[in-house]
Amino acid sequence: MIESFKKVKIDVRALNVWFYKKHVLKDLSMRFRTNAVTSIMGPSGCGKTTLIRSLNRMNEVLKGSRTEGEVLVDGENVYDSDIDVFELRRRVGMVFQKPNPFPKSIFENVAFGLRIQGMNKRDQLEERIMVSLRRAGLWDEVKDRMEESALTLSGGQQQRLCIARALAVEPEVILMDEPTSALDPAATARIETLIRELAKDYTVVIVTHNMQQAARVSDLTAFLYIGELIEYSPTPDIFENPQNVLTEKYITGEFG
Amino acid sequence: MNKRSKETLFFQILRLGTYVTVSTVVALLAYLVYMGSDMLSFSFVTSFPREGMTAGGIYPTVVGTLYLMALVLLLSLPLGVAAAVYLSEYAGERESSLVRIIRIATANLAGVPSIVYGLLGLGLFVLFLGFGFSLLSASLTLSLLTLPVIITASVEALKTVPHSYREAALALGATKWQTTKRVVFPHALPGILTASIIGLSRAAGETAPIMMTGVAYFLSGLPQSVIDQFMALPFHIFALSTQSPNPDLTRPIQFGAVLVLLLLVLSMNLVAILLRTYYRRRLS
Amino acid sequence: MRSPKRLGEKIIERLLLLSALVSILLVALIFLFLFREGLPAFAEIPLLSFLTGETWQPVAEEPKYGILPLLSGTMLVTIGAVGVAVPLGISTALYLSEVAGSREKEILKPFIELLAGVPSVVYGFVALTVLATAVQTLFGNTFRLNALNGSLVLAVMILPTIVSIAEDALSAVPMEYKEAAWALGASRWETLRRVVLPAASSGVFIGVILGIGRAVGETMAVLMATGNSPVVTADFFRSIETMTAAIAIEMGEVVYGSVHYSALFAIGLVLFAITFVINLAADAFVERSVRRFKR
Ligand SMILES: Nc1ncnc2c1ncn2[C@@H]1O[C@H](COP(=O)(O)OP(=O)(O)O)[C@@H](O)[C@H]1O
Ligand SMILES: [Mg+2]
Repeated sequence: MIESFKKVKIDVRALNVWFYKKHVLKDLSMRFRTNAVTSIMGPSGCGKTTLIRSLNRMNEVLKGSRTEGEVLVDGENVYDSDIDVFELRRRVGMVFQKPNPFPKSIFENVAFGLRIQGMNKRDQLEERIMVSLRRAGLWDEVKDRMEESALTLSGGQQQRLCIARALAVEPEVILMDEPTSALDPAATARIETLIRELAKDYTVVIVTHNMQQAARVSDLTAFLYIGELIEYSPTPDIFENPQNVLTEKYITGEFG
Repeated sequence: MNKRSKETLFFQILRLGTYVTVSTVVALLAYLVYMGSDMLSFSFVTSFPREGMTAGGIYPTVVGTLYLMALVLLLSLPLGVAAAVYLSEYAGERESSLVRIIRIATANLAGVPSIVYGLLGLGLFVLFLGFGFSLLSASLTLSLLTLPVIITASVEALKTVPHSYREAALALGATKWQTTKRVVFPHALPGILTASIIGLSRAAGETAPIMMTGVAYFLSGLPQSVIDQFMALPFHIFALSTQSPNPDLTRPIQFGAVLVLLLLVLSMNLVAILLRTYYRRRLS
Repeated sequence: MRSPKRLGEKIIERLLLLSALVSILLVALIFLFLFREGLPAFAEIPLLSFLTGETWQPVAEEPKYGILPLLSGTMLVTIGAVGVAVPLGISTALYLSEVAGSREKEILKPFIELLAGVPSVVYGFVALTVLATAVQTLFGNTFRLNALNGSLVLAVMILPTIVSIAEDALSAVPMEYKEAAWALGASRWETLRRVVLPAASSGVFIGVILGIGRAVGETMAVLMATGNSPVVTADFFRSIETMTAAIAIEMGEVVYGSVHYSALFAIGLVLFAITFVINLAADAFVERSVRRFKR
């Protein structure tokens, strides 16, 4: 069924992650496809965050992590020793659970990723920043206050700013870790719409706690349980006809 | 006595202790200001001592102290901040035993008596390296003394930067150095400045280490290069009050010099404390 | 995605590491030079008579290099200073963290921090010109400059160390502990004594240890306050001389490389060893209290 989807973007093969002695992801294999939203659900602590952070090698900035296995992005194993991890992270962007804009102006937040790549011309920056903010659906709200601190924005606006910031460096994949868990329903709705929009051009992976959200925004859904991939199917199938009893229990709210 | 009044009594005792302490400070400072203010004038700070230092001003001691501070800043700030950046940003993920040793060494250096730094300066800079009894030897010695202060406090400042800022930058493809330079460092800068000011003000008031490495009792001119000897404000106070032929005669000059030193050092501390309070409030 | 080597990053990391290594280098240098310059003294002075000799007369016809008077001088002023500063410091810390309102605390704290910023030569000057006279007027002692004078001025100097570290430790006690005690009907004072103070005790203790370390190593203030007479005594009204003062005074007059010169470095070695042990002890306590609060 999944195979009917488009091209494979990320291929996770026998991935194992440990934090200190704790085996967090156990021999996990799955494929993420382009132009689709894949959501990852599962009870808290099951390894959702760890899974998406292993896709852009963000686990290695945390103390005590160790990774084995392969993650192929466009066929290239990102854990190979000669991979440029910074280029990887540019291509595989990330939005965090709590909005984390820099304590800088709105402009400089979106400019950050561009500046570190050496883009410093004001007009070039302005162009790219405008495009990114438009895509993130924030432009109209901030176009007159670009020099104000990003911290003056509301939570929902901050999260869209973070999305714009991630988009500005022209990634191919966007990873989102429960991007709406800190937001109110209205802000959540805006971001969900945005996620659907993004799927047209990007590979989107979203971690969510919220089953309705998974059902609303994603094409494919994976269910994780204590570090193992229990079930992975097109979203309607997993909700209407879960194959595994654990998945069924989770969906019917018996635990989680 | 019932529970209630006993509690009140104890709290009153604590309050008394605190206010005794604070009023001691206030009284002490007020006294020194009062005694020194007679002498304090523009010409006192800008003219040379005369008549065997029994008259005139304290100009060369002020200049000497400022020279020292400038050199200490130059030598210890970059090194100290670099060390702190390493300890806080680079040594993080895998705490090796080397890093642990560095941390323990730094913590302990902060508690080494300044006179021991003086001995090191004498042995290492004055004699072994042959820099002689000089401004250079003294500033190097004071730099070493200031280094642990700057490292420790800068590490603290860097630690206050939320981890989420680093993650945001790294996830955008920033390298460690780019993250440090563009995100972490600017955010920690006020804290680092506070630390440096405090470290520097401490260096300005140090006496024992410079006694052993380069300060002079009296010089008729200003130091012309870093290998010259120099006069310094804190040593001047010590020398006039204990080493001079008639300390009572120069008492007013001593009080004047004390006030100048206090103004210099305490204004730096005050700036540091205000800076810190201001930024703490801004962050919360 | 195969990488450019990012050589710059590597170089920067190395440079930063190198800077951090300066701390180790510095400790090593201190050891090295104290030994290098201090050890030759023991070619002339037997170690035992250095440590236990009761006479320090380095410039006499027949020089005597016993540092017992200096050790006892340092101990006497330190004990005096701790005796005054610890009760005062802890009660100030308790008041600031548990009793004072936040406005009051914000005003009071800078004053205490300011104390730490006053150079030791200024304290020495005050002890010499003001405090000594006051003490003499009060007690009618014969020696104008004495151990008491040194202890009092040292007490003021180590107070900020004790207050600020103890206050941090007290403030770090989780609110839940206090709430639990209040819920059981304990008064604020009982809570303070039975819950807060024990929970913060190792932190408070660290403050005291570091205060002691500072007292032992202080030079100018004690040098100017105590009269500098190297005698073994427990009498606070006698003039005494500390190890630090001996080094500071006599280093200006020695012939570099002489026995006296080496002996002064050897005193430095003893001093360094004492403060190093004190600091390590404080470190050990820090580790312990950190582990306790992490739970
Ligand atoms: N930085 C870390 N240090 C130690 N253990 C961690 C760390 N991050 C995650 N873990 C462990 O890995 C497991 C999975 O965590 P995570 O991926 O954050 O779960 P989820 O996002 O599904 O809630 C958790 O049980 C947690 O204890
Ligand atoms: Mg998570």
